[in-house]
Amino acid sequence: MIWHSVLFTLFAAIACGFAMAVVFTSNVVRMAFYLVISLSATSGLFFLAGADFVGAMQLMIYVGGTLVLLIFGVMLTAQQRFVQMRPSRSEVLLAGLLGAALLVLLASAAVGVPTWRGSGPKAAALDEPPLTATPIALGLLGFRVDGDPDDGQNRAGYLLPFEIISVHLLVVLVGAAYLARTRLTAGSLAQQPPGGFEQDAAEDRIAEVEAIAADSPGTEGPPT
Amino acid sequence: MAPTINWALDLLVGWVGLSIPPDAAVGYVLAALVQVGMILNLAAVGGLVFIWLERKIAGRIQDRLGPTRVGGRFGWLQTVADGLKLLTKEDLMPTSADSLLFRVAPYIGVAASVAAFVALPFAGGPHPFVVQRLDIAVFFVLAVLGLEVFSIILAGYSSASKWSLFGAMREAAQVVSYEVPLGLCAVVPVMLAGSMDLVTVGDVQRGGFWNWHVLNDPFTLIVFCVYFTCATASVNRAPFDLAEAESELVGGFHTEYSGMRWSFFFLAEYSSMLLVSLLAAILFLGAWHGPVPLGMNGEGWLGSVVGLGVANYLGNLLGLACLMTKGVFLVIIMMWVRWSMPRLRIDQVMTTCLKYCTPLAAVCFLGATAWQAAFPAGLLWRPPTPGLVEISEQKTSPGGAAARSQGREPLEAIGYALPPLRGFSTEAPQ
Repeated sequence: MIWHSVLFTLFAAIACGFAMAVVFTSNVVRMAFYLVISLSATSGLFFLAGADFVGAMQLMIYVGGTLVLLIFGVMLTAQQRFVQMRPSRSEVLLAGLLGAALLVLLASAAVGVPTWRGSGPKAAALDEPPLTATPIALGLLGFRVDGDPDDGQNRAGYLLPFEIISVHLLVVLVGAAYLARTRLTAGSLAQQPPGGFEQDAAEDRIAEVEAIAADSPGTEGPPT
Repeated sequence: MAPTINWALDLLVGWVGLSIPPDAAVGYVLAALVQVGMILNLAAVGGLVFIWLERKIAGRIQDRLGPTRVGGRFGWLQTVADGLKLLTKEDLMPTSADSLLFRVAPYIGVAASVAAFVALPFAGGPHPFVVQRLDIAVFFVLAVLGLEVFSIILAGYSSASKWSLFGAMREAAQVVSYEVPLGLCAVVPVMLAGSMDLVTVGDVQRGGFWNWHVLNDPFTLIVFCVYFTCATASVNRAPFDLAEAESELVGGFHTEYSGMRWSFFFLAEYSSMLLVSLLAAILFLGAWHGPVPLGMNGEGWLGSVVGLGVANYLGNLLGLACLMTKGVFLVIIMMWVRWSMPRLRIDQVMTTCLKYCTPLAAVCFLGATAWQAAFPAGLLWRPPTPGLVEISEQKTSPGGAAARSQGREPLEAIGYALPPLRGFSTEAPQ
């Protein structure tokens, strides 16, 4: 249907245009903002393709999660002289080489899609309804759908190992946050025993930045 | 809706000998315009009414009358007068501001809060009132709602004012934290209904108030309270409105804004309030179903009349009225809280989220799961959700026609069939 093509072109143009704007602007905050628009347009492409879940995932994880943190970080670090980026010539060359290599890889993958090669037996695959779930994804969710259902094997899937790995990653992250925590002076450390570090770290960071922005280095941290 | 419009247009142009096929593009464009217009008007008119209501409620709580003069006895037109005043105000921008981001920021908030209404159903049954029925509507609404924070962060940063920057940083820290318990709370009704489709989540609560998810077990009651607290925080309302704490930050993130741009922030705030309240009503408070069963076999309410035609439409209108009543009631509670509670400090806000709301939501999630395993039929007897069967049958027959004409197959037709969860029975014990 022609409306699909029109909307696809629109979303694709927005995504590509703002992706290029990310590269060509030198203002860090605007870069982050253009990235928001580009990734939102990508999620629009997913919605257009009927992949609602992937589109909402894109919005929640990349746009709503990662980019909020990115802008948060940019806001905290991009003071006066760091707002404008001036890459050196060698950096531009290196980035250009890397980008060109990735472009070649993507282009070869795109050209290699069998259903794009015109009519033929492979193009007939387009008429088959697309699967919304694959065996490996269902296996990760706890259901094994591959193989013979009556072979008497354990069909519980990979949910438990998956969850264990997730919790393990969380523990690693918490440990990293603890190790990377800003060491305060000995006096304030004695008053503030470790524990509840995530919250304390966030508060410390806010208090620090407020102190920097207010130009008053004597500001104390918030009472706990 | 689009085939109906095309059918009506076909009837019209039939007089001059032309014809319009049922899947013509013009019907889809008109349907989209009508639906978008309705949603925009819901947000705009809702904002008008809620700002007036907020003034009246604030007045009553503070033992005064609130607006009384503009537009008659109750000051109905006070918000319109405010809007006219805002239109005529000078539009200022600080010279050191980032002009592009400063201009764009208010629109992002409005766009995000209005876009989330796209997936929100206003009445259920086989022919729900919803712009786009998504299988993952809960997830979509929460994801889009999370985008609103960009408006505040960008506004705060681009203003080049330290008050604005303080407000934006507080908001970023607060929103990122409160999304965790909010998501955990929204999972519980999704688990009880077995679907992320808001229409299904609403329709499994049919029958009476004892079927509402909030009364399913003690844990869901706590989860509802935690959800409402976190929703209040995520839409940046008092007592969590640290981002615009006027006693310490002048105006917070909107210190440098004036006129219409300033009012866009408030339009976004009030429509998000309505959005999270309607979501709470759908997830926990029985959605469009009334408190007592009426009509259909004693288990449906008038809002869930099954069938086509005028009866179904009128039933859906009643369901819409029921849902809006619940939503507005929750919005009024938010206003009541705002004018009764003092504002929290930033460390208290983070403590509330990380030390109370998140663990409470996690424990209640486990508790609700265990309860569901122990008492699959709920504490009180619960009909074995006949509506679900009807809906899935209807989806493949007349109601599914519209979905198929848009190239979207019904969910059951594709993918792998999921085996039932062990230990979870889909039928209530007799």
